[in-house]
Amino acid sequence: MKDREAACLSGQWFDVEGGADMAERNSGLSVPPSVRGVDRNLDTSSHAAAIDVRNMNFYYGEHQVLFDISLMVPERSVTALIGPSGCGKSTFLRTLNRMNDLVEGTKCTGECLVEGQNIMDPAVDVVLLRKHVGMVFQKSTPFPKSIFDNVAYGPRVAGEKNRSVLADLVESCLRKAALWEEVRDRLHTSAMALSGGQQQRLCIARTLATNPRIILMDEPASALDPASTDRIENLIGELCANYTIVIVTHNMQQASRVSHQTAFFFKGHLVECGPTMQIFTSPSEKQTEDYITGRFG
Amino acid sequence: MPSWATRRIHRRHETFIQWALFVCAALSVLTTAAIIFVLLSNAVYAPGSKVAFFERVSLAEFLTSTQWKPRDGEGGQFGIWPLLSGTFLVAFIASAVSIPAGLGAAIYMSEYAHPREREWLKPVLEILAGIPSVVFGFFALKFITPWILKPLLQWLGMDVAVFNSLSAGIVVGIMVTPLIASLSEDVIRSVPRSLREAAFALGSTRFDVSARVVVPAALSGILASFLLAFSRAVGETMAVAIAAGGNPLLTLNPLRGSQTMTGFMVHASTGDSAADSISRMSMYAVGITLFVITLAINLLSGWIMRRFREVYQ
Amino acid sequence: MSVAAGSQIASPEISFSSGGDSTIRRRLLLSLIFKWVCRLMTYGALAVLAVLLTSIVWNSLGRLSPGFLVNHYSMNPARCGILAGVWGTFWLVLLTACFSIPIGVGSAVYLEELARDNVIVRVIKVNLSNLAGVPSIVYGILGLTAFRPMTLFLQELFDGRHAINVMGLFRVRLLQLEIFDGNVLVGAMTMSLVVLPTVIIASQEALRAVPSSIRIASLALGATRWQTIWRQVIPAALPGISTGVILSISRAMGEAAPLMMIGVLTVASMCPGGIESPLQLITNPTRVLSVPFDQFTAMPVEIYDWSKQPDPQDRFTAVAASGIVVLLVVLLLINATAMIIRAKTARGLKW
Repeated sequence: MKDREAACLSGQWFDVEGGADMAERNSGLSVPPSVRGVDRNLDTSSHAAAIDVRNMNFYYGEHQVLFDISLMVPERSVTALIGPSGCGKSTFLRTLNRMNDLVEGTKCTGECLVEGQNIMDPAVDVVLLRKHVGMVFQKSTPFPKSIFDNVAYGPRVAGEKNRSVLADLVESCLRKAALWEEVRDRLHTSAMALSGGQQQRLCIARTLATNPRIILMDEPASALDPASTDRIENLIGELCANYTIVIVTHNMQQASRVSHQTAFFFKGHLVECGPTMQIFTSPSEKQTEDYITGRFG
Repeated sequence: MPSWATRRIHRRHETFIQWALFVCAALSVLTTAAIIFVLLSNAVYAPGSKVAFFERVSLAEFLTSTQWKPRDGEGGQFGIWPLLSGTFLVAFIASAVSIPAGLGAAIYMSEYAHPREREWLKPVLEILAGIPSVVFGFFALKFITPWILKPLLQWLGMDVAVFNSLSAGIVVGIMVTPLIASLSEDVIRSVPRSLREAAFALGSTRFDVSARVVVPAALSGILASFLLAFSRAVGETMAVAIAAGGNPLLTLNPLRGSQTMTGFMVHASTGDSAADSISRMSMYAVGITLFVITLAINLLSGWIMRRFREVYQ
Repeated sequence: MSVAAGSQIASPEISFSSGGDSTIRRRLLLSLIFKWVCRLMTYGALAVLAVLLTSIVWNSLGRLSPGFLVNHYSMNPARCGILAGVWGTFWLVLLTACFSIPIGVGSAVYLEELARDNVIVRVIKVNLSNLAGVPSIVYGILGLTAFRPMTLFLQELFDGRHAINVMGLFRVRLLQLEIFDGNVLVGAMTMSLVVLPTVIIASQEALRAVPSSIRIASLALGATRWQTIWRQVIPAALPGISTGVILSISRAMGEAAPLMMIGVLTVASMCPGGIESPLQLITNPTRVLSVPFDQFTAMPVEIYDWSKQPDPQDRFTAVAASGIVVLLVVLLLINATAMIIRAKTARGLKW
């Protein structure tokens, strides 16, 4: 156990007390080790709220899919949204940068404060919002362009034309997404030729290039092989030092490895939200425990 | 009758039907073969006593002479260029009209229009596509030239002939606009939704999504639709025969009349020269040129479209 | 816009409202302009349609009257009518349908239901898509060259001098028929070739829309392949086939180029078979027999001729416009029928 923790030492938020082991021993639930960079005992209560959702209800036409959700996401941390399929976690994630606006006949009530501003406000411009709240999808979605053009897309549409600025930006984003070494020699070849895992990291790099504060990830690794998943998780560990990350995952092991805070959704309700270690070792709700221990879902 | 016997009758009966249907299907191949045979046997090499066009006029003259005077006897000159220039002039004007209009309509219907709006827009555009060619010819000759081009160009200090390539090109452009709109819309809609979402998530406006992601992703398919429309414009007959006039001039001036390949063929068929006269036979030479050009463009378009489909399906 | 790792920790003043940012205002404006340009293109096409129809109706005013429908061609524009064209188009389309529907639907059934994937079938399919793009005037050349000798042959055969010797027992004198050049039969055969590719493709699409579960269920009940096709698949595809076929064949109604090539009349003062009113179909049915071999003209050919009439007072413009109104009304009725069939079945049959 101690070896593993030593491996975590480089993480910027590492807490020397090693509370994880204590918690594991106390409950019968097993929690896998966290990835590098994610300290699950980080006290996020001192962090400012990056996202503060208050009493959110969401409807597809007449059909209500989210019920009175209130959730606080601390900045520079990873929040995992878990729950069975169809519980509304992806819908919730998509309200955070108003991607649901693109779907005909949806309605959202309540408040959602991002950086202190209510994004439900009609005066909010979704283009600016999405620039600051990036999103990575389940299926990697590289544009049928070169790798360089993919990463440079966001800054370009925002008006950046200077080639050397773009080149620097593309390099730094690809480095941050741990892809630079693999693609530095073929930046101008088609992004469609990359492997699935590489494509997903490219999508992360592309998101980073718009200089967001918050990154939403919708099951970013569910279509990938274990090795690629591992790389994505490590990447999340590195990114959470500077970005606020909200990740939807159906893989509970993954949630427990990468997140500081976990929220459990069930049938459109937010059942429980708390520090990851607490949710995975001593959940306060019966439903949460049943789901985590695999009794349903 | 024992059941095996009816079974056998069934089987023989079914084999017959299958062969009959095969013959129906094979008829289309026969049509192509017949077209090619008819064109070649009159234009290039005629079996029997007839003399084909290229046995009388050299291919060199056909391709290099700049005069098209399809007369029998003295003074006949058979250079395809005046007809080619007329055809391509009209087709390029048509493209200049139909490409922006068709692509704009395709983008509007796929990216902007409400589903209910699209539901009635498409059939109305189909109506435009279903209007016969002669009607457009009439429209060019009796409305566009006298009521739009004449006043406009006279105001600009230019003179426009009654029969002119510009009006012909404009109406042919209007005719093929629905074709581009509907083909391009299909192509644009087949770009995966996930690509649009990804672009929106990066802070794109709808313009960015359309112009920088969706249209580039669908570009090859869109190009294929342009080519198909171009080939349609090249083969367009009645509108052009009415509006462009019948004067085979080697000119790129759209304000004057010209004769297209199709226009000449209509003109020649209504003439009263003998069936085996050279002026009549020249029709086949023009026909084979038209056939080869349109076929080549169509094949290219089909090839591009197949490559596009391979990417997304 | 330079980003170094971690530089975004500072500066919390982010505004999501577009008010203060000129770049975003410009981009949003551009997006709005683009939307309106695209909308303009779409509605511009519709506006052109409206202008086209209006200008034609406007030109036809004063000339279009019931008399226009029952009069023959006349050098006097005030008395010129479209009767010959209406009957010519009627017979032409009827015969075209007789040729192209069985052959077209048969081909589609073969290609979709019976054919195995081999070289011949692939050649047929590729050929079909290319035939659909061949200009109609090229079919006209084919008609002119290939079908005209047929007319000559029939002229020989039916000139009243020939008889057929039946098994050496007795001789049957052939009917004496007048076979004209540029007759309805040749026109219909040519026109069938023009519309066949579209008829086949439309029927193929309708057949493809029938779910394979129907075929499997029928075959599982012991029906043969042909029984399955004839009793299950074709009835299920029938609404789709008829819509597609009607729309394809209505194209034949507006086509003039192939007819010009085969040398139909542009100025006609008689109807095929001399039939000038539907009543004569009943009172003198034998005339129908001579229709396919008679000369004819068609509405679009007449319209072409009227449009090109060099008349200094432009009096034929109204005649041409009236002809167009008649042609468009007929086309509209046919297309409406097809639309109704499509709408009805779309509601009734949901797979």
